Amino acid sequence: MSLFTLSLALVFVGLAILLSSGLKLGLEKDMVIAVVRSAVQLLVIGYVLTFVFSSNSPFFTIVMVVLMIAVAAQNIVKRKYGFPKLGWRVVVTLFAIEAVSMLFLIGLNIIPPAPRYIIPFSGMIIGSSMIIASLLLNRLNAEIISRKAEINVVLSLGGTPKQAVHMILKDAVRASMIPSIDSAKTIGLVQLPGMMTGQIIAGADPVQAVRFQLIIVFSSLATAALTSIILGSLIYPALFNKHQQLSFKEY
Amino acid sequence: MSIEKLKTDIAIQFKQAGKCYVNGSEKQMVLQNITGDVPAGAVVTLVGPSGSGKSTLLSLCNLLLTPDEGEVRIEGKEVREWDVNKLRQHAALAFQTAPMIPGTVHDNLMLAARLHDISLQSPEELIQYVGLSKNILPRSAEELSGGQKQRVALARTLVNQSSILMLDEMTSALDPSAAKEIEELIIKIHKDEQKTILWVTHDLEQARRVGDYTWLLANGRLIEKAETHSFFHYPEKELTRRFLQGELAGGKDL
Ligand SMILES: Nc1ncnc2c1ncn2[C@@H]1O[C@H](COP(=O)(O)OP(=O)(O)OP(=O)(O)O)[C@@H](O)[C@H]1O
Ligand SMILES: [Mg+2]
Repeated sequence: MSLFTLSLALVFVGLAILLSSGLKLGLEKDMVIAVVRSAVQLLVIGYVLTFVFSSNSPFFTIVMVVLMIAVAAQNIVKRKYGFPKLGWRVVVTLFAIEAVSMLFLIGLNIIPPAPRYIIPFSGMIIGSSMIIASLLLNRLNAEIISRKAEINVVLSLGGTPKQAVHMILKDAVRASMIPSIDSAKTIGLVQLPGMMTGQIIAGADPVQAVRFQLIIVFSSLATAALTSIILGSLIYPALFNKHQQLSFKEY
Repeated sequence: MSIEKLKTDIAIQFKQAGKCYVNGSEKQMVLQNITGDVPAGAVVTLVGPSGSGKSTLLSLCNLLLTPDEGEVRIEGKEVREWDVNKLRQHAALAFQTAPMIPGTVHDNLMLAARLHDISLQSPEELIQYVGLSKNILPRSAEELSGGQKQRVALARTLVNQSSILMLDEMTSALDPSAAKEIEELIIKIHKDEQKTILWVTHDLEQARRVGDYTWLLANGRLIEKAETHSFFHYPEKELTRRFLQGELAGGKDL
């Protein structure tokens, strides 16, 4: 595909911008920014990936993965939940997820240990882990605020912090996993997943593309469970001080 | 009587206790220089205008809040020296709204037993002790009436067999007859189990009826503490007289 044909796709965006200004949605500026950013980011990534794949060095692969984790963690933490010292807990969670997934995928020979596989798979795994983590934190934040009284009842009966948040943590973990489970249930029926679509367009055998997609589905289910459980158990002790009092600031 | 015995005859002891809240850059003293003893086995009724710090004072006793100044001693031992889980089993706190844990009445009743891994002989007996039918056990706790919730909340604290019971406006949200029933239940518990009770109420008649001693808290300070009879009939402080005449609405005009 030439850059010229690619730029023809911009006509679509132009249409949306016209609509936005016609209907006075006030989104024109954001749309332009989105177009420019996505174009620049993706083109840069394209060149970077070409370089990393051709260099075939583990060093650059690791740098890429660390960068992805850093950006994902940054994305989660910037939302300012009331959780103290959230940053390192998120980073540890993402590293753990990445390590476990890669050990599993490469160790069992599901994907070959090459940058061309490791980087896209890591990207998808870290990305879905990031979404799960945000869902979990969001839910936990809301639940703690609305169920403070319940937590204090358990504490006042002499329960430990762990006992006091157990139910709430369980509900939040469940809630954060439900979207992944639901989307796995309907995958392929409503919408073809992006990666599979991409492979098919690029000329891959659809069955082969489906196999890769299934790896993604299975690992995102595992990732969802792991992310919620790891992050949840890292985070709850930070909600209490040394006197076992709920010390949670609302934002 | 030995010194040890004397010491433990005081169930709760406040020594220049204070608490401040930090709101952004502002620091607000909500309790200042609280000094007073709650004798073991007594009922102390704690009254005061809304916002005067009554709930905060109760939370200091089971370390749900940490004193910022002075000390709070439970049976001679400072709250921060206690094993906190033991402290809270020892000094039970019942909240104004009687929040229920999601689940059945039975789940709520068994909560303390579950937390401490003890077996509760007979939930049926316990629920009947607080004046409810055992048919209520499998019902969802959330569907109970306010008065029923208060009964379940009381029963829930009884499982720990605490020697101190702190009650935060348990009857405020109830209609007069339900309030009276809960009051009688608490008196029964006091008689049966010889508990020390620190009882926050905004119902002055109730404070007079049930108290051995009455304390007045206003604007974070302990204004007067006296035997209940003399508190109501011969108040020493001008502020107490005004409060008893219903002139101290909020805490601001002090
Ligand atoms: N978490 C908190 N943060 C900041 N200020 C608080 C907090 N909790 C209570 N306060 C303030 O502390 C003061 C005392 O509150 P407290 O709840 O102890 O009063 P109270 O006597 O129990 O009132 P009421 O009769 O209305 O229950 C009030 O001015 C209240 O606004
Ligand atoms: Mg109160």
